[in-house]
Amino acid sequence: MGLFAELRDSVSRVTASLFADDSEPKRIGIYGPPNAGKTTLANRIARDWTGDAVGPESHIPHETRRARRKEDVEIKRNGKTVNIDIVDTPGVTTKVDYSEFLDHDMEKDEAVRRSREATEGVAEAMHWLREDVDGVIYVLDATEDPFTQVNTMLIGIIESRELPVLILANKTDLEDANIQRVSNAFPQHETIPLSALEGDNMDEVYEQIAKYFG
Amino acid sequence: MPETTSSGDGPQEGVQIDLISGERMAGKTSMEKIRLILDGVRDGNIVVLESGLTPDEESKLIEVTMSEINPDGFSGIEIESFPQDQASDTSLLGRLMGKQETSKLTVIGPANQIQSLHKDETLISALISRK
Ligand SMILES: Nc1nc2c(ncn2[C@@H]2O[C@H](COP(=O)(O)OP(=O)(O)O)[C@@H](O)[C@H]2O)c(=O)[nH]1
Ligand SMILES: [Mg+2]
Repeated sequence: MGLFAELRDSVSRVTASLFADDSEPKRIGIYGPPNAGKTTLANRIARDWTGDAVGPESHIPHETRRARRKEDVEIKRNGKTVNIDIVDTPGVTTKVDYSEFLDHDMEKDEAVRRSREATEGVAEAMHWLREDVDGVIYVLDATEDPFTQVNTMLIGIIESRELPVLILANKTDLEDANIQRVSNAFPQHETIPLSALEGDNMDEVYEQIAKYFG
Repeated sequence: MPETTSSGDGPQEGVQIDLISGERMAGKTSMEKIRLILDGVRDGNIVVLESGLTPDEESKLIEVTMSEINPDGFSGIEIESFPQDQASDTSLLGRLMGKQETSKLTVIGPANQIQSLHKDETLISALISRK
């Protein structure tokens, strides 16, 4: 029986690797600090290619407290087709203070509950980064300083896992957006400017997704 | 005016700073390192690592920190480190030796006590409030 199980396992491994290219979508994690526009981007990608959204966008930090997944999104670009599962993660941070939620007019119980969900979501997202994603879209708000410890650490973690990564400089519709500052911060990676909210430059985003994750 | 706010769980009212040598960390597993850091930080100490953590350890540190945050005590950490030394990082010898860690001074402290933590290329500056 041991032998049979082993045989069956190795047969299914062989078939899995034979068909890996077409059947298994790549799992692409959308990471970045809170409020960068990750959910806005995930929703836009999902709407453009599947017709429905991933989750609510919000100016309240930690609105995305649990990662949301949109499976089997098929993106076609220049005759190339890529299948990806998009994982929209909560913004990575090293601290969560429930009193931040109180500032958004929440009752204490609700604030505590939300902060607990937020910490669980971040822990989960970190865990996946080590175990479970095939590529990363790293979203930054181009109006903010990209040289933060969290960004540096996260990009370092992504690099050490040798995952393909695209850096998106989001919110180019805003006057303060500084794309150059973002590409200077991570010169070793491709930086693509966009406005996820307005849908500006999404063509290039899809082209690069097809190129990097295809 | 006498201070009478001693918090009960520690004799000191000041801020304790632990400078941990690379040597002391060298023999430890990732989880031992993370435990050592978080135990210190949760006691309200500032922990300074002579040679920092690997990317993998940093990601585990974030994960464990998140799982330990609770509304009535611990709200997480602040962390800053100098950028990895590019030259030594990619040296052929370093890679041949399988050396991942390069010296990377790292400062970690409790988020609710660190009022600000700033960094430029050569200086990390922390403004700390007492417990
Ligand atoms: N001006 C502008 N605002 C954006 C853009 N993308 C997202 N936002 C706004 O930024 C806030 C945070 O967006 P969200 O997608 O929830 O960020 P997340 O925390 O990274 O998931 C929301 O108020 C969005 O409407 C953009 O391209 N331009
Ligand atoms: Mg979100």
